[in-house]
Amino acid sequence: MEVTMTVNGAKVSKDVEPRTLLVHFVRDQLGLTGTNIGCDTSSCGACTLHVNGESVKSCTMLAVQADGQDITTIEGMAKADGEMHPMQKAFQENHGLQCGYCTPGMVMAATSLLAENPHPTEQEVRHGLEGNLCRCTGYHNIVKAVLAAADGMAEV
Amino acid sequence: MTVTDSQTSHGILGTRTLRKEDPKLLSGEAKFTDDLVIPGALYMALLRSNVAHAKIVSIDTEAAKEAPGVVAVYTYDDLKDDWAGPMPCAWPVTPDMKNPNHFPLANGKVNYVGDGIAVVLANSKEQAIDALELISVEYDEIDPVLEIEDSAKDERVIHQDLGTNASFKWDLIPNKDGVDEAFAKAAFTVSERYIQQRIVPAAMEPRSIVVVPAPFGGDFTIYNTTQIPHILKIMLALTVGISESKIRVIAPSVGGGFGSKLDVYAEDVLTLALARKLRKPIRWTEERTENALATIHGRGQVQYIELAADASGKVTAVRVNILADMGAYLQLITPGIPLLGAFLYHGVYDVPNYSFSCTGYFTNKTPTDAYRGAGRPEATFAIERAMDALAHKMGISPIEIRRRNFIKKEQFPYSSAAGLVFDSGDYETNLDKAVGLLGIEEILAEKQRRIDSGSTKLLGLGMSFFVEMCGLAPSRVLASLNYGAGGWEAATVRILPTSKVQVVTGSAPHGQGHETAWAMIVADRLGIDINDIEVLHSDTAIAPHGLDTYGSRSLSVGGSAVHMATEKVLEKARSIAAHQLEVSEADLDYASGMFTVKGSPDKAFPLAGAAFEAFTAHNLPDGMEPNLEASVTWDPPNFTFPYGSHFAVVEIDTETGKVDLLRYLAVDDCGNRVNPLIIEGQVHGGLAQGIAQALFEEAAYDDRGNLITSTLADYLVPSAAEFPFFELDHTITPSPTNPLGVKGIGEAGAIASPPAIINAVVDALNHLGIEDVEMPASPQRVWRAINGAKKG
Repeated sequence: MEVTMTVNGAKVSKDVEPRTLLVHFVRDQLGLTGTNIGCDTSSCGACTLHVNGESVKSCTMLAVQADGQDITTIEGMAKADGEMHPMQKAFQENHGLQCGYCTPGMVMAATSLLAENPHPTEQEVRHGLEGNLCRCTGYHNIVKAVLAAADGMAEV
Repeated sequence: MTVTDSQTSHGILGTRTLRKEDPKLLSGEAKFTDDLVIPGALYMALLRSNVAHAKIVSIDTEAAKEAPGVVAVYTYDDLKDDWAGPMPCAWPVTPDMKNPNHFPLANGKVNYVGDGIAVVLANSKEQAIDALELISVEYDEIDPVLEIEDSAKDERVIHQDLGTNASFKWDLIPNKDGVDEAFAKAAFTVSERYIQQRIVPAAMEPRSIVVVPAPFGGDFTIYNTTQIPHILKIMLALTVGISESKIRVIAPSVGGGFGSKLDVYAEDVLTLALARKLRKPIRWTEERTENALATIHGRGQVQYIELAADASGKVTAVRVNILADMGAYLQLITPGIPLLGAFLYHGVYDVPNYSFSCTGYFTNKTPTDAYRGAGRPEATFAIERAMDALAHKMGISPIEIRRRNFIKKEQFPYSSAAGLVFDSGDYETNLDKAVGLLGIEEILAEKQRRIDSGSTKLLGLGMSFFVEMCGLAPSRVLASLNYGAGGWEAATVRILPTSKVQVVTGSAPHGQGHETAWAMIVADRLGIDINDIEVLHSDTAIAPHGLDTYGSRSLSVGGSAVHMATEKVLEKARSIAAHQLEVSEADLDYASGMFTVKGSPDKAFPLAGAAFEAFTAHNLPDGMEPNLEASVTWDPPNFTFPYGSHFAVVEIDTETGKVDLLRYLAVDDCGNRVNPLIIEGQVHGGLAQGIAQALFEEAAYDDRGNLITSTLADYLVPSAAEFPFFELDHTITPSPTNPLGVKGIGEAGAIASPPAIINAVVDALNHLGIEDVEMPASPQRVWRAINGAKKG
C-alpha cells in the first residue's frame, strides 16, 4: 500500500506492507534510526515520536494509519542550522541522559507533555512520563530537565 | 614519575562539565547496533525451549527450511563441528568446580525456558521469526529443579554427568576457632536468613549483533552491544576457532549494560560461526522477551548470616553461608559473582573473626551472572539488615550500633579479617554529615505521632552504611581468586601534528561518559580545551589493548592510565621544548599549552610546536623517536573502597500494603571527584535499580519453570512516578591506591539502597511485631505481613 505523510517537514511517499508498524517504517524505510525499539509490549516508550504534534508510541500504530499525518521524529527537533530544541538543550544541561537509548523517546514525550501543560509540577512531570522507561538516570535529572525546559520555554 | 611543574592542574577536574557525548545521542545521530544498515545481511532467529527441563526426542526443521526467505536452519547436530570450544566460563572458582556441557544450541536436552534449540537464517527478520513456528520439537519432560534449596538436596540432578547439582563450594575461613569462640562467648547473637531474588537487568537497548565477513582475507568485523569488546574478541576466537587477529569487535553506542552485556552469549558465537559458514553478514537483535529469558539474571541467593557481639554491641564475629543460584549453566563469570561479595560481609565494621562459605547450585532457570554491584549488594544487604537486627535485639538505635563498630579513621589502611586492605575512609565524618542533613528527630516524632493516632499511613526510617571493593582489579589478587584474566587497563595519549589530541582507552563506556571524563583528565593536565580532545574507545582495531568496563573500574584503573599517559607525553614534549630552547628540562615550567623558562617567561615554546616538531622530526634531541605519543598499561595495586551513608524514609499504607518512598538521602564518598555531574548521575541510576530490587522487581517463575515476568508489562522496571528527587551529598577521602585519588561510583547506589529501603519498611512495621519483609516488598507481601501480624 502506498502511504504519504509529512516527516520532519518533508513529504514522503512509500510503499508499505499493511502490517508494517510506524516505528519500523521510520527506522527501516526512512532510515530515521533515532527512534529506538526497547520492547514488544508498548511499555518502554523508546519509540515515542510526534503525530500531529502529540506524542505517540510508534509501535502502537501502523504506518498506514499515519497516512496523511504530520510526523516528527527526534531527527526533526533541532533547527535547520543544527541548534538543539530547548528540550534537547535542557537534557544536556541537566545530564538527563546517560546511555541515550531512551532519550529520543523521552525528549519527544517531554515536549508533548509541555505542549499540553506548559507549567507542570514535579509530580505532573513524573506521571506524564510514566510511559517512558529509563534504566540509567533514576529519572532525577530527566525530571529536572523537563522542569528546567518548562521554565526556559516560558521565558521565551 | 616525577612531576616537576609548578602547575599540574588547570582546574578542570571537579567541575560540572557537560558531556561531549550528548549532542549525538540527543539528535538521533548516534548509532546503536540495530541501527546499522548492512546490505545483504541474513537475519537470525532462535527457537527457544518453552519447557524448563526436558530431553529432546526429535526436532523437525523440514517445513521451516521450505518457508519463504529462509536460507538455512540448523540444530546442535548440524553445527557440532563448528566449535573450537564450549561456551566460555572464565572463572573456575575452585579446581574441582563442576561446569556442565554448554554449547550454543542444546545437545539433546533443554535445561531452562529460553535454552536455544534451533537457529533460522532468512532474508528478513519477519521471515526468520515466522519460520520458527514451523519447527516442531518433541520433548520428554522432566520435573524441573527451581528453588536453590531444592537443588541442594540433589533429589533430581539436572546435569546427570556431574552427579550433583552443586557446582562448587568456596570457603573463606581464615580463623574457624576464633569464630567459634566468639560465638561461644557472645553476649548477643543474631541469626538471619535473607533472600536475594533474581533480577532481570533490563538494559533499555536489547542485545544486538551484526557480523560482517570481509570480502577477502577471512577477517570479521563484529558490531555488538557489549560492555567487553576486548574480552569478547578473545572468547570468540577461542570458542569459534578463528584467529584472534582476524576478529575486530566494535561496540557502537551501547544502550546500558549493568553487567548483562559483560558476557559471551550463544548468539555472539552463533552469528560469527554462521557468518564464517555462509560467508554472509549475519545479524540478530533480541526481542524484549528473549532479553528476559536468555540474557543473564542478577542476584539469586539464599543467605544465612550470624553475628556475635559482646555486651557493648561490638561485633566479634560474622559467620555467613550462601547458597547461590547459578541457573542452568555457567556463563562467563557466573560462579565468581558470590566471591566478589565474599570479603565484605562484615561491611564497614571492625570485626576480628570472619567465616564465609558459599555453594553454587544449578537450577532449571536462566543463568545468573553480573548485575550492577555483582556480589557486593548481596553482602551489603546481609550485613546491614543483620546490624539492624542486632540493634533491635539490644534496644539501641541503628545509628548507634554502627558507630560502635565502625572501622576508625586512624585504622586505615585497614587489614580486614577477610584478608583485604581497605584503602582509606572516615566513616564517622560521613555519617555525621548525613545525620546532620536528615532531621531525624522530626521524622521519628512524626512516625510516633502516626502510630499513636492509629493512622493507616505508617512512617519508617531506614539506613545502610555501605563499603565496596571495586576498581577491578589488581591482577595478582584476581590470580588468587582463579579469575581467568588480569585487571589492568591501557591508555594512549597522542598529540597530532595539528595539536589535536587523541586519547585511546581500553575501557568501553555504555552511558558512563568516558568521552567527557577522560578528556577532562587530559585537559586538566595539559591546560587545553576539552573540545580539542577526542576519546577513542570500544573498537579493538583502534584500541587493541583493554579490559573494558564493569566493576566500577573505568575511572580508577582506566582513567589513571590516561592520566599517566598524559604525564608521559608531556615529559616527551618537555624534552623537545628544552631542546628547542636550549635549556635543561628542569628549567621549564608548563601551563596552558606553553613551556616557559623559569625566571624568563618571555622564552617560551608551545606544546603545539613540540607536537609539530615530533611529527617533522627535523630537529629532535639525539636518539628521540618521532611522534608525540605515549602509552601506559596500568595494573592497580589494590581495589578502591568507596562508601557512604544512605537513609530512606518510607510511608506504608496499611490498608493496601503499598510502600511509598518519601525521601532518600545518600552521602557518598568516592574520593576525588572528576565530574560531579556524572557522579551524581551514576548515584541516581544505581539508587533507582537498588530501590527497584527492594520494592518492585523480581524474575518470578511458575512451578513448571516458566518465567512469568518476561515482558516489560509484567516485570516492574519502575517509572519516574515511583521516585522522589534523591538528596545527595558527599565527603571526599582520596584513595591512595591510584594517582587520581578516585574511587568507583557506578555501583554504589545499587549496593547501598536495598538494605536502606528494607530497613525502613521493617522500621515502619516493627511495632506490629514484624522483623523482616522479603524483597521485593510488594503491596501484596507487605499487606500479608501486616495482616499476618494482626492475626498472630
